[in-house]
Amino acid sequence: MSETFGRYGGQYVPEALMPALEELTDAYRRYVLDNEDGFMDEFRERLRTFGGRPTPLQHAEKLSERYGTSVYLKREDLVHGGAHKLNNALGQVLLAKYMGKERIIAETGAGQHGTATAMAAAHLDMPCEIYMGRTDTNRQRPNVFRMRLNDAEVTPVDVGRGTLKEAISQALRDWAHSVETTHYVIGSVVGPHPFPQLVDEFQAVISAEIREQLHEQTGTLPNSVVACAGGGSNAMGTFHHFVDEESVDLYAIEAGGSSLDVDEERGVAPNSASLTTGTEGVLHGARTRVLQDSDGQIMESHSVSAGLDYAGVGPELAHLVETGRVTPESVDDRTALAGFHRLSQAEGIIPALETAHAVGWLEEATPEQLGEQVVLTVSGRGDKDLETVLEETATHDVPAAPEMDVFSTTGGDRNE
Amino acid sequence: MSESDITAAFEDRPAFVPYLTAGDPTFESSIEYVEALARGGADVIELGLPFSEPIAEGPTIQQAIVRSLESGMTPERFFEFVETLGVDVPLVCMTYYNLIYQYGDAEGPRPFVERAAAAGIDGLIVPDLPVEEATPLRTACDAHGVDLIFIVAPTTTDERLTPLLEHSSGYVYVQARLGVTGARSDVSDRTSYSLDRLEGSDLPAAVGFGISTGEQAGEIVAAGADGIIVGSALVDIVAEGYEDDLTTEETAERLEAKARELTTGIIEQGRPRSERL
Repeated sequence: MSETFGRYGGQYVPEALMPALEELTDAYRRYVLDNEDGFMDEFRERLRTFGGRPTPLQHAEKLSERYGTSVYLKREDLVHGGAHKLNNALGQVLLAKYMGKERIIAETGAGQHGTATAMAAAHLDMPCEIYMGRTDTNRQRPNVFRMRLNDAEVTPVDVGRGTLKEAISQALRDWAHSVETTHYVIGSVVGPHPFPQLVDEFQAVISAEIREQLHEQTGTLPNSVVACAGGGSNAMGTFHHFVDEESVDLYAIEAGGSSLDVDEERGVAPNSASLTTGTEGVLHGARTRVLQDSDGQIMESHSVSAGLDYAGVGPELAHLVETGRVTPESVDDRTALAGFHRLSQAEGIIPALETAHAVGWLEEATPEQLGEQVVLTVSGRGDKDLETVLEETATHDVPAAPEMDVFSTTGGDRNE
Repeated sequence: MSESDITAAFEDRPAFVPYLTAGDPTFESSIEYVEALARGGADVIELGLPFSEPIAEGPTIQQAIVRSLESGMTPERFFEFVETLGVDVPLVCMTYYNLIYQYGDAEGPRPFVERAAAAGIDGLIVPDLPVEEATPLRTACDAHGVDLIFIVAPTTTDERLTPLLEHSSGYVYVQARLGVTGARSDVSDRTSYSLDRLEGSDLPAAVGFGISTGEQAGEIVAAGADGIIVGSALVDIVAEGYEDDLTTEETAERLEAKARELTTGIIEQGRPRSERL
């Protein structure tokens, strides 16, 4: 088993955590790869009965008509909790239980990973603490409440801009103090080895089902597979079983934010497109592509979607982009919002803003890129984003949006 | 291999090794603060070069890093800082690997080490760089006579200890406990355990994490440590000075007094390393 993906990956963490990573690597081999004590059997069974898998692969008729191709939607928004995040959270919390850990910590950006972890921890009876940037607790209040409902502690992080980057740093700090009893459920294919492989393995169920379901429906492989990418767990899970199929084009859609330019002076990138605009660096335990200034200080990222708002990306995805296997594309906030409204109107599916980036890209893609059959993963549902969409649609003059005047609030409180 | 200046600083008595974040809260005041620690008896000084994601630091040093970055600290300014300092003790740079890596070239981290050595840095501590990932930096450090100091944690297994000690030079940073706060007895128990495990190593063992008084410093050296590392307790004094709007001189005096208290604790309880070995 390789510890790196080309020149990406590795283990850049404090010494105090190294033995825990060794222990986790050992558990990953035994339980996940070798199914020791029937771990994977139990995981699959719980995904089915608690998680609601398999999720459908739906032929999207209106989108197919619009783009002149067959568009299939992998409905991860129908997983329990409303996002693909449960696949990984359930896997890791169960693994922690097999390892004899007593406590779960996690970080979250949009709140979907925190929610999934809180649900998995409640389901498996483990105490759970979630770190979340202060900015994100404010823009994702329904998810904070859902975590609390599942009896998780939610600890706001006030450092920096108070988003996912700061929440991950804080979770790593907690882990360095509590590592003997605690498992850190990292939320994406990021972090030190073995996390990128472990999370990929738990999310690979998405592409396994896509292959099987598309084969049942059409007898073929898709021409292209599209997934949004922040840290990259949805993308890696969607791509996993297609990486070796050279005939299938893989597109990772990043958040282009308001611009792909970078304000070096202020240390701010108005996007989260680390595959497109990042450079090689070391962040949160791994060598990967990172939004950073010339000194190596990590930049504040931006996206209308809290779940994509992260300055790094998974090392395996960075490697697949570098070798040309995966094509990164970026979509700006406005196009993502248009994608949000289009999917809601055309198919009756209100997607997460993360997913909306991938849907937005369909509009910009060429017929050659899409091919005759395209699969797009709906990574999550959009309930959590309604407040954001309400505010942002008004400021971005979004095509495909409904008449928004009726929702404008003059002097009223939108948060009510 | 000849003994480094850093290792030599542990010879006569257990060493007092203070830490401050360079540039906290400003370049000029921070120079005064580091010089005050030298007057107060520092034998080796650790200087933090701030990184925006300090995953190994507690809240006190995290805030110091924010203040320093806001006042414009960069790797280049850090080297100027070291060149400006008027102190006569070995200096250790404590920073995160991404800054070293970005300063480097296609061949690796050598340009950072070269510049650091030229500025007067004697050693490096990189808390997010475990032995497994350290070979390129180790090679560059060897080429420029810079010590590379590794941290031994309470969780470090016996299997990890041998390669870790083989890669270390200067001193071994013994992390006394996992948390940033905790009972004092906890510190001495863990310390004795950690120090026992290091028997047979040629390098001095400096114990850090959670030491804040002269009395604690004395207990740690009485338990057999070759030195004590104090960070947060000193950074707290800088933070208080900043928040209470004290003059640079007032804060410098407080730091010097704290350094004297800690040094006195060591002198009262410590013995020369030659006798301790």
